[in-house]
Order: sequence, then structure tokens, then C-alpha cells
Amino acid sequence: MAASMRMQLPSALLTCSSLRYATLSRVFSTSRTVYTTAGNKKEFYWNDKYNPDEPMFEKILIANRGEIACRVMKTCKRLGIKTVAVHSDVDSLAVHTRMADETVCIGPAPTSESYLKMDVILDAVKKTGAQAVHPGYGFLSENTVFAAKLAEIGVEFIGPSSKSIHAMGDKIESKRIAMRAKVNMIPGHDGVVKDADHCVELAKEIGYPVMIKASAGGGGKGMRIAWNDKEARTAFRLSSQEAKSSFGDDRMLIEKFIDNPRHIEMQVLGDKFGNVLWLNERECSIQRRNQKVIEEAPSTFVDPAMRKAMGEQAVSLAKAVEYYSAGTVEFLVDSKKNFYFLEMNTRLQVEHPITECITGIDVVHQMLRVGKGHKLLHKQSDIPVNGWAVECRVYAEDPYKNFGMPSIGRLNKYIEPLHIPNVRCDSGVQEGSNISIYYDPMICKLVTYGDNRTEALSTMVKALDSYIIKGVTHNIPLLRDVVTEERFVKGNITTKYLQEVFKEGFKGKQLSSGETNELAALAAAVYCKDQLQSRTFKNQNRVPLTSNLPLKWTLDITIADQHLKVKVAKTPGKYEIDVNGTKISINDGLNFSSPLIDANVNGESRLFQLTKRLGGGQYKLRYFGTVFQVSIMDEYAAEMKKLMPEKVVMDTSTMVLAPMPGMLKSVSVEAGQSVSEGQEVAVLEAMKMQNSLVAAKTGKVKAVHFKTGTTVDEGDVLVELE
Amino acid sequence: MASIYRLLRCVSRDSRLTNTGRCLFLQTRCAAVSVGSTEHTLKVRKRIEETRERALLGGGPKRIESQHRKGKMTARERVKMLMDPGSFLEYDMFLEHDCSDFGMEKEKYPGDSVVTGRGTINGRLCFVFSQDFTVFGGSLSGAHAKKICKIMDQAMLVGAPVIGINDSGGARIQEGVESLAGYAYIFQRNVNASGVIPQISLVMGPCAGGAVYSPALTDFIFMVKDTSYLFITGPDVVKSVTNEEVTQEQLGGAKTHTSVSGVAHKAFDNDVDALLQVREFFDFLPLSNKDPAPIRECEDPWDRDVPGLDTVVPLESTAAYDIKDVIQGVADDTNFFEIMPNYAKNIVVGFSRMNGRTVGMVANQPKVAAGCLDINASVKGARFVRFCDAFNIPIVTFVDVPGFLPGTHQEYGGIIRHGAKLLFAYAEATVPKITVITRKAYGGAYDVMSSKHLRGDTNYAWPTAEVAVMGAKGAVSIIFRGKDQAKNEAEYVEKFANPFPAAVRGFVDDIIEPRTTRRRICQDLEALAGKKRDNPYKKHANMPL
Repeated sequence: MAASMRMQLPSALLTCSSLRYATLSRVFSTSRTVYTTAGNKKEFYWNDKYNPDEPMFEKILIANRGEIACRVMKTCKRLGIKTVAVHSDVDSLAVHTRMADETVCIGPAPTSESYLKMDVILDAVKKTGAQAVHPGYGFLSENTVFAAKLAEIGVEFIGPSSKSIHAMGDKIESKRIAMRAKVNMIPGHDGVVKDADHCVELAKEIGYPVMIKASAGGGGKGMRIAWNDKEARTAFRLSSQEAKSSFGDDRMLIEKFIDNPRHIEMQVLGDKFGNVLWLNERECSIQRRNQKVIEEAPSTFVDPAMRKAMGEQAVSLAKAVEYYSAGTVEFLVDSKKNFYFLEMNTRLQVEHPITECITGIDVVHQMLRVGKGHKLLHKQSDIPVNGWAVECRVYAEDPYKNFGMPSIGRLNKYIEPLHIPNVRCDSGVQEGSNISIYYDPMICKLVTYGDNRTEALSTMVKALDSYIIKGVTHNIPLLRDVVTEERFVKGNITTKYLQEVFKEGFKGKQLSSGETNELAALAAAVYCKDQLQSRTFKNQNRVPLTSNLPLKWTLDITIADQHLKVKVAKTPGKYEIDVNGTKISINDGLNFSSPLIDANVNGESRLFQLTKRLGGGQYKLRYFGTVFQVSIMDEYAAEMKKLMPEKVVMDTSTMVLAPMPGMLKSVSVEAGQSVSEGQEVAVLEAMKMQNSLVAAKTGKVKAVHFKTGTTVDEGDVLVELE
Repeated sequence: MASIYRLLRCVSRDSRLTNTGRCLFLQTRCAAVSVGSTEHTLKVRKRIEETRERALLGGGPKRIESQHRKGKMTARERVKMLMDPGSFLEYDMFLEHDCSDFGMEKEKYPGDSVVTGRGTINGRLCFVFSQDFTVFGGSLSGAHAKKICKIMDQAMLVGAPVIGINDSGGARIQEGVESLAGYAYIFQRNVNASGVIPQISLVMGPCAGGAVYSPALTDFIFMVKDTSYLFITGPDVVKSVTNEEVTQEQLGGAKTHTSVSGVAHKAFDNDVDALLQVREFFDFLPLSNKDPAPIRECEDPWDRDVPGLDTVVPLESTAAYDIKDVIQGVADDTNFFEIMPNYAKNIVVGFSRMNGRTVGMVANQPKVAAGCLDINASVKGARFVRFCDAFNIPIVTFVDVPGFLPGTHQEYGGIIRHGAKLLFAYAEATVPKITVITRKAYGGAYDVMSSKHLRGDTNYAWPTAEVAVMGAKGAVSIIFRGKDQAKNEAEYVEKFANPFPAAVRGFVDDIIEPRTTRRRICQDLEALAGKKRDNPYKKHANMPL
């Protein structure tokens, strides 16, 4: 086993830690591994049971990319299983590709030409002689044809049988089965929606609001909510288009939409001998556009009785379809703790790590064992709720736009906060990686855990503050704000949480006056140190330098249109700063070249980041997760600045701009055509989501700058109105 | 208005003034024999004070206000902000023009239409002149020119840079040839100072006609967006001569000169931003050609690995990437002061620090026109390389160049002549030259880009480097006349599309892991600090202009 532990990745990326595996027969104290970060507190898979002598696959192929491919490979490496990565050409240097023992290039960047190409992947399986395929999530993970084709060539599909996938993957079918298995159901139409008219008719029958979703869907794709007839029509059209392009299946479902619900799901794990366990719930209510952002396990809302009831229903459903391997039964929970079956995901879920944290089980390992035909060695009573785990999905997206519009770019600087105990990062990127328009914009799953929720959350705050990501816009500002927000901290959340708490949309951290003062003081310390550093010429003595160094500054600091008068005095060892009358002292000797700065502010530690020096007294500082642009000038410059004219901002109401980089799916207007306010002019597909772009005002189209099928950048002017 | 009162307060508090005053007073006491002479002395003192006050007000409150309304600072405000607080010492505040035609003798301003003097920027000496638009529209009189020449002569004498702030309507027409002579005196000094002391021009208002040639002769021209113009002839003359309708902004605004003509090196948002950033820019430069490139304290570890560089070059050799990721990746604190960021973007030039030491960065930009060298890129690169060489600033070159841009447009435009400039500049340069081939180094362009053969001191190749006469496709179609294209291409790629052909010949000193690039460059700069090399004696070279 030890031989397979060799790290193939830059050591900076992964930290070693020694792990211990409890087995049925004995406690197995093993070697070091490339796994994570399992801190000092608790060893990571402390409850993973297996028989060390049992046979295992020798080589498996991972039909996926990014973090989940890496996640699966880490377990394989620990178990001494050889790994095969498949990759598109742009992923040739990706982390998952570098991590594998063997690699096979399966085509160009678009997923439809690579990661979704079944034949090519099957060829790769044959060529490399892999005995099993782990599909991860997404892509081919719930594709029955793929599972069946693997079975044909005698290769194990690490997941449930194609029968189970089929039964649960089809939402109509799954509902019928669930009903028979006595699982609580949501009112809805039992069958496929034929067309837009049928959709409206059914919606009226069930009563608004209704949810229209793709039968084959998942992960929020092809899913929309409608509150009236008009919306129902649009939702049907867009969702079915999306479903067609994402899953190749445009059958749509409709059901009652439950207001103020929570989304809580139950992890199940079964083997081929009819044993099924439930591994406790995950609270996944913090969502935007039906995609999860923050998850935790356990849920603050679930009591032991409810947990048991949910668990048992989930198990009974799984048993009804002879389910084996890992799966998740999703429930909607209303405020009265009634839970309704939503769907079953027949794959490893994105958020499985939090379940691993509280149960101590390596879910991927158990999936492999089950695939190999071994019995689960746990009994239901062996499954604890041990501590608390929180997962933040760090995405490459702009949280200021609609809680997150995908962004792309290169990770110029990227450091995960793995130096903090009890932090686990599941990612498939490293410094220098590109986040492209072709794939999911998730950068990392940042998981923290602790004995209780407070501990897990406070570690999360520190981890988010210490996370360094430059080059790509990311959603840490939003995550950082949510994990300290009052309602969230109390556990009072629903799937509407974001819209309710941030009614006007997310606007970044709202600083209190005390925090503003502190930020100003930190910025002042950076500025003064820069001023002093620019006097440290070591070899410019031919003409004597004037040696009187400034030790006092009177500054004018602007933070988000707020002007602060700041006085700074440098005394030995510290900066004494007076911000509008408030005295703040900051220690000297801070290294502002370091990506993360731990300053001592009035005796307290403050983590912040100097994101960028823009020159001319302009700085970008990341403080409480949000990047603030701070302008610092001495008194005289500030006075002069008042004389400078304001720059005119371009009027964008006559233009339709691309809100994010992507591909133009369709352009529905042409020059000279009249459009009314709110009319759709183009559909932009990015990260597999279709976004309808509408005219901001009524007018005549002056010019259309891009054709259907072209790739556009964020901010490109697509359509101009007169 | 507020600022005027502040100026007045400034005057009354001015320490030099009080000193002078006390001094006069003492003398008065010693020599106080007759009442008349005391009176006279007091009168003189008063006159000095009054004149000084008048000088500080330039063209008067009204004109100052009008200057402010245009979003511009006054000449004195600019100088005050450019220099370290309290460091500015003014020359020739009492100098006046001596024109007596057209009633000019009745209209005189102490100091005339320019403020001159010296001061420090972050502790280092610098000479400055700032044209005062509030006095005769900043027009250049004989007196005005005399003041500028005086500080330029002193700057040359001690070896310190000159920063000129231009805000002038043009020649003082009333003075006729006197004014023209003034321009020429300045031009001559600009030329004499070229390569001896750094000369920076900050165009912060109009600068038209013959006046443009003074900035044009200096090392760097910075402009301010929307308020500065540079042109030989204004829109009115253009209209009457060529019938072209053009606005000032289109003809000679900051955007035009930083992106189309390549006359100016950078544009800033407003006066304040420009002055603050020029202070930062100044810190990169040595005071004269007798001084070494500045070294400052640096907290960014010199031996820091830059893991992101390992994947910056895409695998597909035709795919683009941003060379600025490389420059900022290796530079101290990712700080890169780019020169001409919007002109000939296929080459990137600018200043950074490596372990605290100023270096000039030159790099092909694969993101724009595949990073090929064309006329504009060659000229931009050549001028920057020559500046660095003149002022002892080491040059770090990143090479990813597919060759010179082909085509009639380039040939007719004289790519041979202009491309030769960059070749000339690199070959002539005697400062430390460090070269990193990141990917393609094809053809003559390989030779030009600071190759070993042009006395490169250390030349490195990344594993992705390909040094060859041309790409595989073109080469095979010539060598084999298209026979077995695919097979021969594969052979060619195998032989040439890697760093070995260059490495086995010693044309690159080592093949390095990209992540170690910063460390290697810092070590080399240290080792090369003692480099001494002289070109053969000559009056001056005959560069292909």
C-alpha cells in the first residue's frame, strides 16, 4: 500500500496526515496518505470498516474530471488501486489528470465531445484494462445505457444497478415506486407534461405556485418555478430546451411548489445482499437558483425521531428498487417538520464529505467494496452523528450578480486554508489552473468540522478569511457573509434564505462603523508602510538622500463613498491610528507581501488580504470576505481630488450586455426590429445554464453584434438599441 | 477660491521668507544710520513680499478658478503634489519677460508663465518645471525658456532627472523669434541630456506646435485623459488645409497618442492620479547614467516558487495565453508598471522589481497577434531597451515569438528598417540581459529577442520552448516540398519542437522548471550586478532610424 502513497502532485497542494482505520477485527494503524487535512482533532475515516484481506479492484477508471475525480483517486491511492483518468484536451494538465497512474485523452473541451462520449470512454476502459469505472457525479453517473454497456464487457460500474438508476432516475417512475414504498409525497401530476398548454392547465389544477422540472434533471438544471400562466409557459419552454441540451431528454414534470421549504436529504448506502443503511441527513437549504451553496450535517431542524423516520423511509425506498452502492433521497421539509419525497439521486453526491465527517465512513471506499461484491460491515447502530460538519461550495462566480453568475479566468494565486485544523478541501484545481466556460465553475468544496456547530462555523469563518484566490471572481464574499449572518447562525433557514436575507441581492459585506474604522486603520497601515518602503533605497547615495522619514501622516481615506479623516503616528513597534476620533493600534512588522496578513488590531488578531495595489494610493483589501477598494490620499491630494471632474459612466440601458462569458444559443432579434421592454433578445448558454437576456427598455434594435453560436466574453455588447 | 487663500497663508508661513525677513531686519539694525535707508530697506522688503505673493498667484484668482473648472490643477499645485512635502525650492520666482511690443511691457507677472525648481521625490533629488496656464496661457517666452534651461543645466551638472509638466498654449507670439529661439534652446538641452539623466514629460494640458518636440525628445510622455492634447497643428488648421473634420481629442488626445500614434507612454485618469503615479514611476529610475538601477528593500521572498507558471503555457502550441501572468508572477509583489499598455500590444514592456532591484521587462504577448514582431512592436521594444541600457537597468526578456509579421503592409512600411531597431538595441545593450524562452522562438525573431548570440548573459528555456527556423508545417513544405507532409512534420516536431537543439549547443544555459523562474532571475541579477562591458569607442552609432 505504501508504494501507492507516492504523491504525484506538488506537495504544496496536499498535506499528509496519518490516518487510522478501524476494521472489524482489529485496529489497523497504517501509513501516511495523500488525503487531506484531517486535523489533529479527529482522524478522518475513523469509522470505515473493511476486511484488510478482502479482494479489491486492481485498476479503476474514473469517468469524470475535477474535484470528484480527485476525490475518488485519493481513496484509490490509499487502497493501492491503480487509477486511470480520462480527460479532454484542455484538461491534459489538470490536477485529476496529473494525479492518475494512467491517462487517456477522450476528445476536445466540450463535454458532449469528451466526458459524455460513451464509446470513447468504453474504449479507454478496454484499452487500459480497468476492472471498474467510477462515474463520479454528473456526466455519465446516472446513465443507464453506460452502466449496461459496461456490464456487457464485464466491467463493474461503481454505483447502483442500471435497473435502480432507471427506476429512480425517471422522476415519474420514481414517484410511483416511492408511493408504493409508503414514502411521503408532494401533490402533483402523475405523468409527463405534454406541452406548454398542458403545463398551464395542470398548473391551474394543482394551484400556483408550481415547479416545472425535467424528468431526467438534477442539480437545478431544467428546473423552474412559475407563479402564473405566463411564467408557466416560459418556464416550460426554457426548461425543456435546457433539459434537451443537458440530458438529451426533454420530458417535463409538474408539481406543487412548497413555499418556505427546507431541503434535507438522507444519505443511504446499500450492498448487493439487500442491506441498506442510512447515514444521516444533510441540510442543503442554502441554495441559489436551485443549486446548493452551503450544506451541513446534521441539520439543526431534524430531531432524532424525525431523523429515524426519514432514514427509514429512505431505506424502504432503496430496498424497493433493490438499491446498492451510495445514493441520496432528497426531501422537502415544511415548517411543521412534514417531509415529502423529492427525488432520489443514484450517485455519489457533491456534498458527501460532510456525511463522511460526522459518520467517519469513507463513502467512496464503501462504494468500491460494494461494487466488488462485499457486504457492508456496518450495522445501522454503527452509524453515529459525531460532531458537526459544514460545507461551503467555493465557486468561480460573481456573487453580486444574482447570487452568483459564472466567471472564468486563471487562478493566478491559489492557496487553500489547509493549515487550519479541521479543514478539508476537496478541489480539482491548483495555482495556475484555468476555470473555463466548458465545465462546472466549482473551485472547491471547503469543509470544516468540529464537536458542535459553533465550532465548525467558527473554523469556517477563519478558513474563508484565509482562502487565497486571485485571478477569478469567486463567491467567498457571499459565503463569508452567510456563515456569520444571524438567521443562518440560529439555523433558521429555508431554500428561500438568500432571497429573503438579501432582498436587494447580495451587495457585499455591509460594514458597521466600527468595522469601517478598522478597515481604514488597516489600509492606513498598508499605505504608511508602503510610503516608508519607497524610501528604502540601498544604492542611491551619490546625491545624498534626504533622511528625514515621515513618521506622522494625516490621511483622507475613502471606502465605498465614505470619507474618513485618519491620523497615523508611527511609534516603535506599532502604528497609532486615529480614525474619526477612534483610536486603533496596529502592530508594525506586518509583511504586506504575504498573501494572508494576520494583523494585531488593538490586541486582537485580524485576518485580511491585500488583494492588489492599484497605484496612486488605490488598494484592494479583502476584509470579512469582501474585497473593498480603498483610496488613500494625504490631505493635500484629497483636497486636489475634489477639483477633479467625475468620469462619465456609459449608459448601458440601450445595450444588452453578456452577463457572463458563454456561448450564444440563440439571438432572436435583428437590426431594425422593434422590441418591447422585457422582451427576450438572446439566450446565452454558460456552464450549461440557459440565460434569457431581455431588453431593458422598449425601442428599435440598432445593431446585433454577435451571431448565434459565437462565444462571448463578459461585458460584450450583444444587442444595441436606438 | 479656497485654495488661493490657502496659498496666501502658505506665503505668510513660508519659512524662507521669515528667515530672509529676519536677516534683513538684522542688517537694518546694524546699518541703521539714516532714517531714509531704514525706510528704503523696509520698502524693499515689502516689495519682495508683495512680488512673491503675486508670483504665487500666477495669473490671478480668476484664472486659477477657470483652471480648476477645467478639472486641472495649477502649476504650483502640481509641483507641490509631485514633490515630497516641503522639499520644493523654487528658482527665478522674480524673473520677468522683457517684451515691449504690443503693450506687453504693461503686463508682467513675476516668474512669468512657468514654475521651476528642484525638490525630492521619496527623498531623491529631482528638477522640475511646470508651465503655468494661468499666465499668458502658459505660452513660452524667452524668459520662460531661460528658466527651463537653467534648471536643465543644473540637473545635468549634478546628474538628476528632470520632470517637465506641460500646459501651454504654445509660443508667445508677441515675442516672435525670441520665443522660437527659446524652444530651440530647450530642444538642444533635451538632446544633450538624453541618455545622461532621465527626462519625463507630463502633458497636463495643451501642448501644440513646435512645443511638442520637447516632450517628444524626452524619455517618457505621460498624458491625462480628457484634458491633455499634443499636436503639431490644431483642428482648425487641419480643417483649412486638408478639409478634415476632427476634434482635439481625436487628433491629439490621450487615447490617440497611447493607442494609435504611440507618441505617449501612458495616460492617467486625472491630474491627481497622474502625479501620484509618476511619483511611483520615478522610484524605478536611477538619477543619472552614472547611478545603478535602484534597489529597495523587498519583503517578497526572492526564492519564492511560482507554481502557477508550470501551467501557464497551454499544451496546444497555437493556443494563446497572457504573458503578463508570467511577468506579474515573477515580479516582486506582482507589481508591474507597464509602459505603453495600449500600443503595439503584441509586445509588453515595463518596469518591475526583482528582489527590490529595478528591472526592465520585455515580453512577446501571445495573446495579441500571436506575439509576432511587427513595425510598431519593434519600435516600442527598441526604445524601451535603449532606455534601460542607457540607465543601467537590467533587462529581462520573455520570448514567445513566432517571427516577424509577414505581408505587404509590413514590408512597404519598412519592417526591415524598423525590425532592425530592436535588433540593434538588444545587440548594443551592455546591461545584464536575462532571457527566458517560454515557448516559440522562431526565425530571425529568435535572434532579435535577446538571444545568446547577441551577448545575452543568461538564457533559459522552459520545457515548452521550441527554437527553430520556423514552424513544422512551413519547414516541411520547404525541405520536402510537401512530400509525406504528415510523416515529415512529425519528424520535424520530434527534432526541433523542444528545447534540446538549443540546449545541446549551449544557446540556452539551462532548461528550467517554470516555477523556479523568479528564483533563477534573482540569483542571476545578483551575479550580474558586477557586469562590466564596453562597446568600442565611437562618436555614436548609426542606428537604422
